[in-house]
Amino acid sequence: MQVKRFIPLVVFALLALLLFKGLSIDPTALPAARLGQPFPDFTQPELLTEEMIGVSALQPRPALVNVWATWCYSCRVEHPYLLALAERGVPIYGLNYKDDSAKARQWLSELGDPYRLNIADHDGTVGLDLGVYGAPETYVLGADGVILHRHVGVLDEAVFERDISQWFTTGRSVSQVTASEGGEG
Amino acid sequence: MKRLLCTLMLLSSSAWALIETYEFSSPALASRYHLLSQELRCPKCQNQNIADSNAPIARDLRVVLYEQLEAGQSDAQILDFMVARYGQFVRYRPELDRQTALLWWSPLLLMVLGGVGVARHFRKKEHQPEPGLTAAEREHVNRLLQDRLP
Repeated sequence: MQVKRFIPLVVFALLALLLFKGLSIDPTALPAARLGQPFPDFTQPELLTEEMIGVSALQPRPALVNVWATWCYSCRVEHPYLLALAERGVPIYGLNYKDDSAKARQWLSELGDPYRLNIADHDGTVGLDLGVYGAPETYVLGADGVILHRHVGVLDEAVFERDISQWFTTGRSVSQVTASEGGEG
Repeated sequence: MKRLLCTLMLLSSSAWALIETYEFSSPALASRYHLLSQELRCPKCQNQNIADSNAPIARDLRVVLYEQLEAGQSDAQILDFMVARYGQFVRYRPELDRQTALLWWSPLLLMVLGGVGVARHFRKKEHQPEPGLTAAEREHVNRLLQDRLP
């Protein structure tokens, strides 16, 4: 009889716990289906050189693959941070997603070019294979070509430090980073 | 003036946004297209399926769906293709696996729990003995009844 009296309290506590946890869930967050899988292969022109490239061109690794477009406002917001990251020696490859190539080239010449190379994905086929649903998105490409992480939205210092920096040696000086990359290649 | 306005409205790109025509080689493909485009969820605007959504990604997925149907892919192959890229999330009827087990079984579980609760509630009522009247109460009732009777 004593135990029975506490049943409503227990039910309430469980429900409160469930709802409280629900508060911290981001309903717009999508599971990244490609995590742990190799970066899907592709054959697309490079944005600047227009020569056809495939996934093997994405060297050195680990690297970031940044999905961007000139129609994407948030990409403009994160652009200066990408420049800073590139300066620190983090290899960044661009996926110019469903964009006008002429506009994209103009953007790079005006705002600076943080990318080692750019996949010109005019029809969004690479994006589709990757599971991209908007821009900006940033993927971490592991040394073995496997997708390690996806970040949706603007990439900044806080996000990089929290989720991404573990795969890079940005704490060291730039010369050390290039040295370790040379060892892998 | 009215005619001009109507013409202008027709010229607006949003009026044409959802009007897409796909030429299917058979009516069976067209009906499968409609079923699948209603089952696939738009990754961008999450409370719409790709048939209803105006988002660019939904349009891309409709094109892929059309192309794959015409290429002779089965429903399962097409759904696998989508799930490989966007996860079980992209289906409004996700496959039953460890992650979605709770989603599939919780309605049944709740119904069973509710049924047990209701059954217990009524059984308890049935087994409760009718409370008898004490002698004093019986006398009181009798007196009241006698007062009422002519």
